[in-house]
Amino acid sequence: MAAQLQHLGYEDEKLQRVMERLPCRDVQASMLLALMGEQCSYPSIFIYGHRATGKSHVIHTLLKELELPYATVSCVECVSVGLLFEQVLLSLFGSDSASLLSRSPSLSDFVRVYKQLCVQASAKQTRYIVLDRAELLRDMEANLLPAFLRLQELVEDNVTVILLSEIVWDKFRPNTGCFEPLLLHFPDYSKGELQQILSEDSHPSYSPELYSAFINILLGVFYSVCRDLRELRHLAALHFSKFVEPLEQGKESDTHKLWRNIEPHLKKAMQTVYLREVSSVQWEQQLQMEEKEAGVVRGLSAHAHVELPYYSKFLLIAAYLASYNPARTDKRFFLKHHGKIKKTNFLKKHEKTSNHLLGPKPFPLDRLLAIFYSVVDSRVAPTASVFCQISSLVTLQLLNQVGHDDQLDAPKYKCAVSLDFILTISRCVYPMLYCPLVTDWNHCQTPASAAL
Amino acid sequence: MCTLSRQRKGSIHELVQMILRERFCHQRLPEKPVGMESQHKHLLELLRRTAVHGESNSVLIVGPRGSGKTMLLNCVLRELLEVKDVNKNVLPVHLNGLLQTDDRIALKEITRQLNLENVVGDKVFGSFAENLAFLLEALKKGDRSSSRPVLFILDEFDLFAHHKNQTLLYNLLDVSQSAQAPVAVIGLTCRLDVLELLEKRVKSRFSHRQIHLLSSLSFIQYLDNVRSQLSLPQDFPDTKFYDEWNDSIKTLCEDQLVVDVLQSHYNSSKDFRSLQLLLMLALSRVSASKPAIKPTDLLEASRVCMVDSKANILHGLSILELCLIIAMKHLNDIYEGEPFNFQMVHNEFKKFLQRKSHSIHNFDKPVVIKAFEHLQQLELIKSMDSSTAKIQKEYQLMKLLLDHSQIMEALQKYPQCPTDVKQWAMSAFG
Repeated sequence: MAAQLQHLGYEDEKLQRVMERLPCRDVQASMLLALMGEQCSYPSIFIYGHRATGKSHVIHTLLKELELPYATVSCVECVSVGLLFEQVLLSLFGSDSASLLSRSPSLSDFVRVYKQLCVQASAKQTRYIVLDRAELLRDMEANLLPAFLRLQELVEDNVTVILLSEIVWDKFRPNTGCFEPLLLHFPDYSKGELQQILSEDSHPSYSPELYSAFINILLGVFYSVCRDLRELRHLAALHFSKFVEPLEQGKESDTHKLWRNIEPHLKKAMQTVYLREVSSVQWEQQLQMEEKEAGVVRGLSAHAHVELPYYSKFLLIAAYLASYNPARTDKRFFLKHHGKIKKTNFLKKHEKTSNHLLGPKPFPLDRLLAIFYSVVDSRVAPTASVFCQISSLVTLQLLNQVGHDDQLDAPKYKCAVSLDFILTISRCVYPMLYCPLVTDWNHCQTPASAAL
Repeated sequence: MCTLSRQRKGSIHELVQMILRERFCHQRLPEKPVGMESQHKHLLELLRRTAVHGESNSVLIVGPRGSGKTMLLNCVLRELLEVKDVNKNVLPVHLNGLLQTDDRIALKEITRQLNLENVVGDKVFGSFAENLAFLLEALKKGDRSSSRPVLFILDEFDLFAHHKNQTLLYNLLDVSQSAQAPVAVIGLTCRLDVLELLEKRVKSRFSHRQIHLLSSLSFIQYLDNVRSQLSLPQDFPDTKFYDEWNDSIKTLCEDQLVVDVLQSHYNSSKDFRSLQLLLMLALSRVSASKPAIKPTDLLEASRVCMVDSKANILHGLSILELCLIIAMKHLNDIYEGEPFNFQMVHNEFKKFLQRKSHSIHNFDKPVVIKAFEHLQQLELIKSMDSSTAKIQKEYQLMKLLLDHSQIMEALQKYPQCPTDVKQWAMSAFG
């Protein structure tokens, strides 16, 4: 590989240094270097691959170490095109070049100013413009992406535009076509490569073998869910201190026992830190407090700590029942003496699709109140306080209002919470009668109503 | 002595790379454009009539992307400007639909390029109406004998037709029809239906002269083109290397493997640009230690060009995400392509876990939702309705943007795919 690149006129030590900083990316880096060449390169190159596969890292390392003239812009930061143009001109031509652009420059202004600056500072080597998160260019002005792809032709200068993205090129192509860039794929890391890269951040005071064993355990738990290098590094950094805790305390030194110690923590982390329910600071505090008090980790979206007034809970349960049980079954569930319900032909055909799969259905206010009165265990008068609790539930986005705001006499609602939340609430209000919910799809019945 | 020869080898190789890269990357003009002799003659004749005899004309060059419209125009202009009188007189004005997105901007650009009196340095003074009046005035004062002919070259002509009222097009074509300063309006576009985009009053002022560049190369001519593109020019300094290289290119083009590769490329697209992309990829594998293009280089380059990018992305998904995609495929098979939501997919996945799986762990619902959202971010699935308000995210209807065959192929190539997942994918009804 090094022999192949020798002809490019860069010193061997520089190339060696560059390759050391790019583990497991030799093939892609050498391909990029060969494409970039010495004097000129293809007008636009599109590099795609999953997150954290090293696209920006490889490009920036190559450009910086080999001291090539370049400008790098992340399209996330460019809320307006003027910011994009300014940053490009600043990086390529120095700090007083951006002042030549007008207040809100158009692409035409940018090209004109670029041509002027080129005349003063012509390029022997290719200039590179790197656009990161290029998928956002599609949402900016429609002419921006096609123009950048053929920038070399428009400004008549030796410039190459490199686009980096997670999304494939087929989704970028405009309707009437454009200049097709050279496509380059950065493949994902294999399990062995991930192991190799993660083992490189080993802690100085522990042996690399211990760290590799730890990484092995981590990958065993998380690899089937997540292959993102950044997430795995974050998780490794958080958990290593817990892993070596028994070693420090002098209790265990066998890897197998260490694994048994850390495994439940990793499993818990999958439900909390991995989902960003809990910040890493909270997680570390939790791990330290573990031995003193076994507390439940309070997550961001855990509805367990949302406190609702007494009647609101019943209203919400009634709303859930109204959304997920069809109206014809109300008579059966909520009246003491009911008859049999005959299934029509239509119902027999569509038995398979349960409401739990299709989502909540809208219901009118009257139905909600009817179910509410039969669900609540005491007599409730229909005062304004009950009604305004319904409005607060809508504001809390636990209920959704369907239809126009103008319909004052028959508003319709939909329940916007999941079964787990309702379970948690019903545990509070039916402490005696709580039983685990099993939903029977054919009959669309929830035993919460059966418990009444 | 050996360092000298290595240096010499290095610099020769650099020269080869530079020459060939200029051809493929910088679109250096060939001596004569290939396969478009009659179009070349037609356009040259037309422009000569404007430049030398002062006749006003308008023409549209129409052809798909990469078929050589700009190349043809630049070749014709190069030949035209070789005539002494023409070079001093003609005023070219280059406009591009991608840059000049508005008539106001376009007008300022024209004024700037013609260097009219209301331009000082770089700034154009006056409002749109004033500029337009000034320009038309300047053009009207001339006549065939005494004023300089102006060539208006409008790249991406179809984008100009989207401007408000098509003012610029109307005025330019109007000038070209009336007896004023001689102008030639040359439009280049990739849309075959460009005339449908023009308004009636604009279309009537257009001369309806179109030059079509629908590439009509036969495969033999295509192969010849490849050979001439890869060969070094006559004036190469090292004659020994020149002979070696051109001979190797000749044998390369006769190799059966190479002919097959080029045939498959020819069958998918005959245009010059995709050919240049292929040759550029092959060229990047040439180095000082390997100073020739081998058939395997072209094969490898072709493989890179023809790869399915979505298959590459599918290769990097985690097992959980792959299982979700297989669940979606089963849903598509059962319900014949009707949109699905997350709950249905999760339901299918749970059925698989209960009945058939030994190797996949039963993940919590939030973890599965995170995997689902990752697939959404990669744009492998897409929401059906754009209004995301008021429907919970588990119940939003989505559709899968992958084909049955793509998924099955990806499964074959997936690294260390558990057998129960593969069997689930291949079974008929989940």
